[in-house]
Amino acid sequence: MQHVIDPTPYKKVALFGGTYNNWSALEHTVADALRRGAEAIWFLGDAGGFGPLPNRTVDLLRSLPVRSIQGNYDDSVGNSKEDCACGYTDPRDNHFAQISYDYTLANTSTDHRTWLAALPAQARIQVGAHRVLLCHGSPRQVNEFLWESTTPLGFVEWLCKTEKTDLIACTHTGIHWERRLEDGRGIINVGAIGRPANDGTQNVWYAMLEDAGDRVRSTFIPVAYDVTQMSDDMRREGLPEEFIETLNTGWWTTCLEVLPGRERMRGQH
Amino acid sequence: MGEDTPLELPFLYLDTLWLQVTGTVCNIACLHCFITCGPKNHTHTMMSTSSVEEALDTGVSEGMRHVWFTGGEPFLHPDILQLIDMALDRGALGILTNGMLIDDALAAQLGERFRTAKYNFEIRVSLDGATLEENDNVRGRGVFDKACEGIRLLAAHGLEPILAVTTLDDSQVTQERFAALLRSLGVTRPRVKWIPPFRIGREERRGRGYEAWETLTAHDLKEPEAALKLQCGTSRTVTSQGVFPCPILINEPGRLMGGTLADTLDSNRVDHQACHTCWVEGFSCST
Repeated sequence: MQHVIDPTPYKKVALFGGTYNNWSALEHTVADALRRGAEAIWFLGDAGGFGPLPNRTVDLLRSLPVRSIQGNYDDSVGNSKEDCACGYTDPRDNHFAQISYDYTLANTSTDHRTWLAALPAQARIQVGAHRVLLCHGSPRQVNEFLWESTTPLGFVEWLCKTEKTDLIACTHTGIHWERRLEDGRGIINVGAIGRPANDGTQNVWYAMLEDAGDRVRSTFIPVAYDVTQMSDDMRREGLPEEFIETLNTGWWTTCLEVLPGRERMRGQH
Repeated sequence: MGEDTPLELPFLYLDTLWLQVTGTVCNIACLHCFITCGPKNHTHTMMSTSSVEEALDTGVSEGMRHVWFTGGEPFLHPDILQLIDMALDRGALGILTNGMLIDDALAAQLGERFRTAKYNFEIRVSLDGATLEENDNVRGRGVFDKACEGIRLLAAHGLEPILAVTTLDDSQVTQERFAALLRSLGVTRPRVKWIPPFRIGREERRGRGYEAWETLTAHDLKEPEAALKLQCGTSRTVTSQGVFPCPILINEPGRLMGGTLADTLDSNRVDHQACHTCWVEGFSCST
C-alpha cells in the first residue's frame, strides 16, 4: 500500500476525517479552512456511509484543493467488498452499518470506486520542523478505534517512537480529541465532518495544525452546514430516520456499542 | 505451510493486558466455568500488588492500551482498590466480576473512579440468564439477586456496567430480554457482551467437550489478518504462575509461556481446541 511523503514545511494545515457522504459539510469545511489560511488540506478517509448521494462527495474530494488518504470504507467501496470493515461487533451496529454500506456501494460510480481504491494508506507531512503522520484509524490498523479515554500516555509515547514521528493524526471514531506528552509529541483525532460529534449540537468538527516553533499547535474548529438540505436528501434516498435524527439533534442513535463507557455516558443514547 | 506444521500465531503488539488478579479463587463455582474457579481452587493464587505493578509497568513500556482484571472474582482481592488505581493510572481498565460483592460503599468508590480517572473504566458483570431460574441453574443459588443488586448499585453511582452473558441456550439469549433487565435495574444504556461457551473445565462436563474437527488448521492462519482476529495476537494474560496467551487457557497443559511479560511477547501456539471457538465466533474477551 502506497504511503505519501510530503517534505514541505507547512505553517498551517487543515485536517478532516469521515465525510460520510455529507457533501454540504465538506463544502463548508474546505471553504472555512481556506478562509483561515490553510496551506494544505488533508482528508483522512471514509468518504462514504451514513449520508446521501455518495458521488457528490467524491466529486468534491476530487475537485477541491484536498489531498486524501484511504479509510476502511474507501477500501471496501473501492474494492467492492462485502461490508465496510468498520470494526463493529454489535448486531444492531452492524445492521445499520450494512444499510449505509449497501447504499453507498450501489450509488458510487465505477470511476469513483477506482479512485477510492487507489488512495494512499498513510501520509507523512511536515508542520514546521515537526513530523506529522496522517492515518485513518491508527498507523498499525486502519479500523482501530482510538478514543480519548482508551488512549493512554504510555501508548502515545510508544506509538510516536515506533512510528518515528512527532504527531499522529487520525479519525475513524467520529469524535475529536488530542493527547500530548509534555514534550509536545502526541496523537490528535481530528474527528469527522459527516455527522455531529455526539455532543448535542449540529456542528461538525475539523482540526487546524499550526507551526508554533517548539511544538505543533492544534485547534478544533466547529463547522455549520445545511442540515435541512442534507436531511431532505437523506429522506428522498430512503435512508434511516435514525441517521436523520442524529444530524438534527447532534446525538448518535446508531453505532453506539463501540463507544467506551466514558464516551457513551456523555451522549444521549 | 503443511497441515503438520505447528500452528503458530505471530505476536503483533501488546494492546491488552489481562491480569488474573485473584487467580482461580472465586466465591461461586459456575457450572460452565472454563477454568473451574471456586472457593477452594488455588491453582492460580492471588497476585501480589508488586507483581501486578510489575506487569503494568511492562505493559506501559510496550504501549498497552487496555487492562482487564479477572479471576476468579477480582473483588475478593484485599487490595483491589489499590490495584484499580494502579491500573487506571496507566491505561483503560475493565473488571470482570460476578457483581455479588459490590455493596453501596464500594459502588460509590467505583463510580467516583469512573468519573475522575484519566482513562476509561468499565465493569462487566456476568449473568447467564435474564431470570433467577435461568441464571441460578448455571451460576448457583442466590447469585441472580446479588448480581442484580450489584448492577443496580453501580448504575445508581453512575457506572453503568456491561452485562456478560454466556450463550448457553440460544432460545434465552436475546438482546431485548437482557436489555429490559438492565433497564429495570437503572441502567440507561444497556450493553451486553456475548460470550460463547468454551468447552473445557467445568463446561466440558456441563455441556460437552470439543469434537475432533473443532480445531484450527494451517489454512486458517493464512488469512491476512489472522493475528488481529485472535486476541492472543495482541494480548497476554498474567497470573501468579506466569504468562499465558489468554485467560481461557491458564489451566491447560503446556500453555505457560514464561515467567515475565517481557519474555513472552512473541508468537504462540494456537493449536488448542478452544482457539477454534475464538476463531469461528470472532471472539475476543475484550469488549
